[in-house]
Amino acid sequence: MKKRIEDLRLIENIRLNDEYFEIVLISGHPLPEILPGQFAEVRVDGSETTFLRRPFSFFDTETEKQQVRLLIQIVGEGTQRLSEIKPGTFLNLIYPLGRSFSLPEGKKFLLVAGGVGIAPMLLLGKWLRAQDRDPVFLFGFRSHRQFFELDRFEALGEVYVTTEDGSLGVKGLVTAHPLLADEGFSGIYTCGPEPMMKAVAHVAAEKNLFCEASLENTMACGFGACLTCARQTTEGVKMVCSDGPVLNTKQIIWQT
Amino acid sequence: MLGRARIKYQTNHMADLTVHIGGLELKNPVTTASGCFGYGPEFTDFMDISRLGGIFVKGTTGGLREGNPYPRMAETHSGMLNSVGLQNKGVDYFIDHIYPAIKDYKTNFIVNVSGSTIDEYVEVAEKLAGLEKIPGIELNISCPNVKEGGMVFGTHCPSAVAVTEAVRKIFPKTLIVKLSPNVTSVPEFAKAIEGAGADALSLINTLLAMAIDAEKRKPVLATVTGGLSGPAIKPVALRMVWEAYHSVSIPVIGIGGIMNATDAIEFLLAGAAAIQIGTANFIDPAVSMKVINGIDDYLVRHGFSSVRELTGKLELPGGFNRFRPKTF
Ligand SMILES: Cc1cc2nc3c(=O)[nH]c(=O)nc-3n(C[C@H](O)[C@H](O)[C@H](O)COP(=O)(O)OP(=O)(O)OC[C@H]3O[C@@H](n4cnc5c(N)ncnc54)[C@H](O)[C@@H]3O)c2cc1C
Ligand SMILES: Cc1cc2nc3c(=O)[nH]c(=O)nc-3n(C[C@H](O)[C@H](O)[C@H](O)COP(=O)(O)O)c2cc1C
Ligand code: FES
Repeated sequence: MKKRIEDLRLIENIRLNDEYFEIVLISGHPLPEILPGQFAEVRVDGSETTFLRRPFSFFDTETEKQQVRLLIQIVGEGTQRLSEIKPGTFLNLIYPLGRSFSLPEGKKFLLVAGGVGIAPMLLLGKWLRAQDRDPVFLFGFRSHRQFFELDRFEALGEVYVTTEDGSLGVKGLVTAHPLLADEGFSGIYTCGPEPMMKAVAHVAAEKNLFCEASLENTMACGFGACLTCARQTTEGVKMVCSDGPVLNTKQIIWQT
Repeated sequence: MLGRARIKYQTNHMADLTVHIGGLELKNPVTTASGCFGYGPEFTDFMDISRLGGIFVKGTTGGLREGNPYPRMAETHSGMLNSVGLQNKGVDYFIDHIYPAIKDYKTNFIVNVSGSTIDEYVEVAEKLAGLEKIPGIELNISCPNVKEGGMVFGTHCPSAVAVTEAVRKIFPKTLIVKLSPNVTSVPEFAKAIEGAGADALSLINTLLAMAIDAEKRKPVLATVTGGLSGPAIKPVALRMVWEAYHSVSIPVIGIGGIMNATDAIEFLLAGAAAIQIGTANFIDPAVSMKVINGIDDYLVRHGFSSVRELTGKLELPGGFNRFRPKTF
């Protein structure tokens, strides 16, 4: 799919909780095909410390309305700035970027995410549903303070939640959840902190299950031109932005 | 969006934008910097790369290099640090797999050549000399991100001369040598490399730099130090281009923090015959088209008929009409 640079108008900036917000952007043109796991590089204007663009996964897309949604966690100045942008403002995006999740054989899939790692899971869940697969979501948060209404996920499949402090759902890490021991899944997709993804990949490997993870790395360009997002894999050096961000966990050499 | 933008880029220019670098004729002075534009095709979704005066492709070495461990990038105010470390698949891979894919674009592809030893530079240059559609090379003697070679050649004048002379002997096409900013006297290097037979100089490469994460009490880059690029280095680059221009009679290509046409024009005024755009491509992959149009507008607005008239056109304050390189 051809990549484009485009100004999209922000029509809604929704604060979901202390840390997360969701922005809705509308394009003046028909959207290109955007696949789950792909991302956009967003230019953050008016921030002194934000020189480079910021990468964010597509959270949702509505083709007929020419709208895309991003789910963002405030971690620094760039994301803080984006959280304050008012409707009517244009945001400059380069998109769609990166390699998306793939579809193996099988019917029922487990989607495990931690924190803002849930961002690509909505589009992935929809995409699986559209191909007559059953997604089951397992999400881990630090506490109820990171939680927000998950009805859009619930419309697609069962949703299980864990929190580290037990303030919501099952107490503990996602990786300790009994669902991971369930034998009924044909594969696992994961996105979140690297130690979590590593533990999930380990479970998948033991059961010889298909498993894909969406990785992060520092990125200067997002489209394969700068070679700063390199990561050593079992198949040599890969660029997280263009060979990934989604990789099969068999390829990944974990750093944690 | 895209349609409108394209039409705007295709306005016929009024001024003469052609410039000459050694044996090369560039249709305009705007080129893209090595390591910041891939091999070119990475950008074809965003612009027509054949409108560029030239493309300096990624650093190429004798054999495969995997580059440095990550993190390889740190952002800073108005710039970034990188420690890519010349990741590339080697000159033979370039000849067999990359060259066939790029050779038909109508622009000048200049290969950036690097090595750990003089023999490696010579080997790469010799192989590239045989490629019909590669009209020149740029010797990178200034990479701060490799353990041996790289910057060592660029910061030790006798080594810089030796590598330039050795490549000059076997490379008959346009030979550009890329200078390091990590030296005390640019004029000393500029003159010595001109004397060693270079057809042109390009500068600057990145400045050796460092980023620290105070919370973790650790360096940000896996290699601890890296190369600083972007607008943060522009004033340093302008000064060095100006010094180089006044030290040699071969053309100088200006590089460092160019984000728009005004930045590019400043380099031309300082003495550059052409410019390279690096880091800005990451933020706006079509920036070079805007720079071409902006230079054209400027020439028309100020009544210049050719961009060549701009080179070194800086008007110095009274009493400063003769260049005196400063030693610090
Ligand atoms: C392919 C990809 C997809 C992403 N998708 C999303 C998404 O959908 N939603 C979302 O909220 N975030 C996502 N991220 C992470 C997001 O890009 C960063 O959080 C953001 O760039 C931080 O910008 P900032 O200016 O607010 O923070 P900065 O000021 O740049 O950094 C603040 C702190 O966060 C750390 N940090 C910054 N970037 C990263 C990173 N990429 N990985 C780990 N730590 C980082 C820094 O080290 C620093 O400590 C994604 C990253 C990648 C690479
Ligand atoms: C990610 C990155 C990779 C680079 N790789 C090379 C390289 O392979 N060879 C080289 O001569 N210069 C390399 N450079 C230096 C640039 O070509 C240029 O000299 C420098 O970045 C300054 O220009 P800028 O401020 O416009 O980026 C690299 C720079 C960056 C940011
Ligand atoms: S971020 Fe530039 S190559 Fe991946």
